[in-house]
Amino acid sequence: MEKKFGVYICKGCSIGESVNIDNLIKSTARAAKMQPEAVRVHDVLCSPAGLEMIKNDVKEGTNAIVIGACSPRVKFEEFDLPGAITERVNLREFVAWSQDPNTDATQSIAEDYMKMGIIKVQKGDLPEPNILPDLSKTIVVVGGGVSGLTSALEAAEAGYEVVLVEKQAELGGWAAKLYKQTPREYPYEKLEEPAVFAKIKEVEAHPNIKVYKSAVIEKTEGQPGLFDVTIRTNGTGETIKAGAFIMAAGWQPYDASKLGHLGYGNPNVITNVQMEEIAKTGKITRPSDGKEAKRVAFIQCAGSRDPEHLPYCSSFCCATSLKQAKYVREKNGDAVAMIFYKDIRTPGQTEIFYKNMQNDPGVLLTKADVTGISDAGNGNMFVEAENTLLGEKIKVEADLVVLATGIVPATRAPQEYLDGLTEAGKKGDDARKAYIESTPKPEFILNLDYRQGPEIPSLEGAYGFADSNFICFQYETRRTGIYSAGCVRQPMTMADASDDAAGAALKAIQCVEHVAQGIAVHPRAWDMTFPDPLMIKCTSCKRCTEECPFGAIDEDEKGTPFYRINRCRRCGTCMGACPERIVSFKDFSVDIVGSMIRGIEVSEDEFRIVVLACENDAYPALDSAAIKRNKINPNVRIIPVRCLGSTNLVWVTDAFSKGIDGLILLGCKYGENYQCHFVKGSELANYRFGKVKETLDKLQLESDRCQLIQVAISEYDKLPEIINDFVARVEEIGPNPFKEF
Amino acid sequence: MADNKNVLVIGGGFSGLTAAVETAEAGFDVVMVEKTPFLGGRVTQLNKYFPKLCPPNCGLEINFKRIKNNAGITFHTLAEVEKISGQEGSYNVTVKVNPRFVNDNCVGCNACAEACPVEIPNEFNFNMDKTKAAYITHNQAFPFKYVIDCRYCKGASCAKCVEACKYDAIDLNMKPETISLNVSSIVLATGWDSYDVSKLDNLGGGKIANVITNMMMERLASPNGPTSGKILRPSDGKPVQSIAFVQCAGSRDENHLPYCSYICCMASMKQATYLREQYPDSTARIFYIDLRTPGRYEQFYWKVKDDPKVSFTKGKVAKITEDPETKDVIVEAEDIQLGKKIKAKFDMVVLAAGMVPSTKASKIPGDITYTADGFVASSSLKKGIYAVGTLKSPVDVSRSVQDATGAAIKSIQSARRSK
Repeated sequence: MEKKFGVYICKGCSIGESVNIDNLIKSTARAAKMQPEAVRVHDVLCSPAGLEMIKNDVKEGTNAIVIGACSPRVKFEEFDLPGAITERVNLREFVAWSQDPNTDATQSIAEDYMKMGIIKVQKGDLPEPNILPDLSKTIVVVGGGVSGLTSALEAAEAGYEVVLVEKQAELGGWAAKLYKQTPREYPYEKLEEPAVFAKIKEVEAHPNIKVYKSAVIEKTEGQPGLFDVTIRTNGTGETIKAGAFIMAAGWQPYDASKLGHLGYGNPNVITNVQMEEIAKTGKITRPSDGKEAKRVAFIQCAGSRDPEHLPYCSSFCCATSLKQAKYVREKNGDAVAMIFYKDIRTPGQTEIFYKNMQNDPGVLLTKADVTGISDAGNGNMFVEAENTLLGEKIKVEADLVVLATGIVPATRAPQEYLDGLTEAGKKGDDARKAYIESTPKPEFILNLDYRQGPEIPSLEGAYGFADSNFICFQYETRRTGIYSAGCVRQPMTMADASDDAAGAALKAIQCVEHVAQGIAVHPRAWDMTFPDPLMIKCTSCKRCTEECPFGAIDEDEKGTPFYRINRCRRCGTCMGACPERIVSFKDFSVDIVGSMIRGIEVSEDEFRIVVLACENDAYPALDSAAIKRNKINPNVRIIPVRCLGSTNLVWVTDAFSKGIDGLILLGCKYGENYQCHFVKGSELANYRFGKVKETLDKLQLESDRCQLIQVAISEYDKLPEIINDFVARVEEIGPNPFKEF
Repeated sequence: MADNKNVLVIGGGFSGLTAAVETAEAGFDVVMVEKTPFLGGRVTQLNKYFPKLCPPNCGLEINFKRIKNNAGITFHTLAEVEKISGQEGSYNVTVKVNPRFVNDNCVGCNACAEACPVEIPNEFNFNMDKTKAAYITHNQAFPFKYVIDCRYCKGASCAKCVEACKYDAIDLNMKPETISLNVSSIVLATGWDSYDVSKLDNLGGGKIANVITNMMMERLASPNGPTSGKILRPSDGKPVQSIAFVQCAGSRDENHLPYCSYICCMASMKQATYLREQYPDSTARIFYIDLRTPGRYEQFYWKVKDDPKVSFTKGKVAKITEDPETKDVIVEAEDIQLGKKIKAKFDMVVLAAGMVPSTKASKIPGDITYTADGFVASSSLKKGIYAVGTLKSPVDVSRSVQDATGAAIKSIQSARRSK
């Protein structure tokens, strides 16, 4: 587009008292190649009069705008100028509020920032959406248990076509196997009929839902809006088009055969799943001889909360055992239910149900570590336990023992298999082959054609659960357009799974709608820009394909990378990875940032440090430091980036060849509990910069001049000092020897 | 003329924010009303989230950015719903917007607060320090716009702030406004309050200086709190070396809250890490009935338990008293595993106060029924009205987010049905 520049400088909020505005105008005009008179200055740019001035210019054709005023984090509505490229230069926070007024250093900071803003607008362009043709808005739900049924219904009710794929011959999952449900309403006394059957009926009757039973997904190709999903039912395959996925493949009970120490193997030691079946018969009888059970022992945490078995709590087993104790009591008023627990976990109002059960004299509850279950003859068992509330060891006879077995997510087996495969692959092709031949392949769920693997990766350290890494963003998936719901992400109750499944359905809808508009999904859900590579210069080095955290880049038969743009989250990791520097966004590119760095004035007698700051946490933290009027080191120049993953090594060359003395990459915490919303941005940047350090050393440029610093948004108070420390270290090293060239 | 929107979200805490941005990002217009002057709700007062120990302002910043970038969301702070009538597809809502006394000209420069001569208790910090009658809660607050607390402001007779403001941003004559909305559906997300610990006579809540609530502990540990994040006890500012956490302070007690408040076990363990991180020799002891760390939270419990300076005692605390000389706190409890009585002294005690739905104290106007404990009885809600998060049961942030996202799809369904 043909650009008509408009440059505006605000004098308000002490900017006017901190810098020499006339000189700032002159240097800015020079950078913008315009007459100084054309630079517009206002006492309070965000005032109605100031805004009117800008908006009138826009009406008259100004479309490339640089606003030197406050941080882009504030006054966003005021300076929102549709149709114009707008760059907000942070003269208030980064100059007026964090620097000493009217010093040469402060003046040069302001001039540098204005110049960088001009460069950004000169080089940038307005985004246009990239909308792929023939998009589908159909939502595929994998799994027909409570979660899957709920997702399917909610999406269908919102007006979307849904395809539900269930592995079993019938819908309903574990919920359909229950005799009764725990009460969900006051007074939390009466067990409820299973609610799932009504839901199954609704799903099967819904005009927007197509159900595939006894079906699995054989293959998933493509990208959001353009998935080709091959569903295999009873030997026949069918390929459908789909826009997004909800993965609600559910769970399996923990394998009780591993619980021999709790007596499993004895016919009268059963699981909580078996107990439901027995209760459905109308009478609580024991398997060995069909005799009615009158002393039923429930062993909580059978596998759960046990480092040898499941190192997590399965969340619903306490309520389930209380419910089953009620079965025992309701079927026979003389029968006794004994519950042995570590902690009773009945969060929320389920506590009231627990209280009610405690009030039943036929229900005995004791905290205990069960040490063994042994045969007492006559089919009875002894439950032996220690650390009881009485402080002594106990031995109790029971005629039926129920193990409250926990849950294993359906995602766990594929994940373990794939982890094994990755490990074997590291040892070479032979080891990989041997692994494939010797290891039974578990059932896969999605069978994605992604080079990153066929399933949603489970969260590290989460025992196979495909959960979100983020507390605030429960649906921040690592496979764009594929959202997990229910017990594949966390052990949860049916009520929680229903809430979760509704949420996942919404995210799937957002995804197909955003793809249809050519904009990104969370966390840049407004972003219309996309990576646009200059393929003629591509060397097929594959770094982009390997580093893209979302599998958005693939290779054709010749090994040339190509984008599946609807998988892309616009982090710019590919842009940072590319050694040929060919990846650009309309408003963010290697050239834009490189030119901004090269635009910084460097003098021989001053140290100059560039800070590349992640715009999610680091930039707001710097802003917050300034809002508190903390001084930021005057030698630094801050440039925001989408994610540290987007930092290209050439920027180091740009900086050091220009005479910049040091470079800080300021980004999110990585490793366990990482904070990066693009998975590994700061970690990748660190890895890349590890390599560049060798090169720097070779050039006899001390590698200490370049450092990655991890910072949380709440650490704004520490930031100025962290930066000062770095600057002091660089000063110790001395000026960049390239300065004189 | 009523403002027509698809969805009204009542409450701008994390649940409300989530419901609003998720609905808007699905392409529907949302209006959000928040009672206080700022968005973010309870989580803005937290230092860190369990179990990741990450700062809440990180997620808030992203959600605020989502609001800034989405023209489909409008919001009103200091706004209270006065009346709801109608049905799904056309709810008419009257909202009273209380005066901020600061208009949109505000640039957030702090001159008004500097000029303001009136010191007031800082409610954001549970009155552990003072702020000014012209204030902003913290430097990452949103909207980043000051507010004047009219309960304390001396008005026109003082007007020092008006004089100090260079931007004509202060209008001490601002009057409440009434706005009318017409929406297809309504999401109720008015959040929760801490149980009033002064009702827990035996635990010294509100009476003993060094007995604080878990929410106060969050503020003490927060970098933007009254002590800039240093855990100092209220009576004398001494660094806390020994701390006791009293679980179920109000919860699981038929005389107070019959339900379990879900978050308090995890919160206390998290707060034990705050102290342990700050003072290497400090000790923490957690008195509990049952430790409730469901799901993968169990791992967090194991991690905390691995610290030899954190101990767990199963037993309900019977009595808390103060050593009048040292102001230390004496906790009497029964260790029910060992079957003996304990009397121990601590620098400070944190009461793990339970969660009370905001609707216990202030009902939402409209045809809404509540349970005996003040929760919204969701199954009795009219079509097109959805309750989320802690209004239905005590939940943590993750589950609030799931639930609020789920409410967004319900709202969309309402909007579509009403077309």
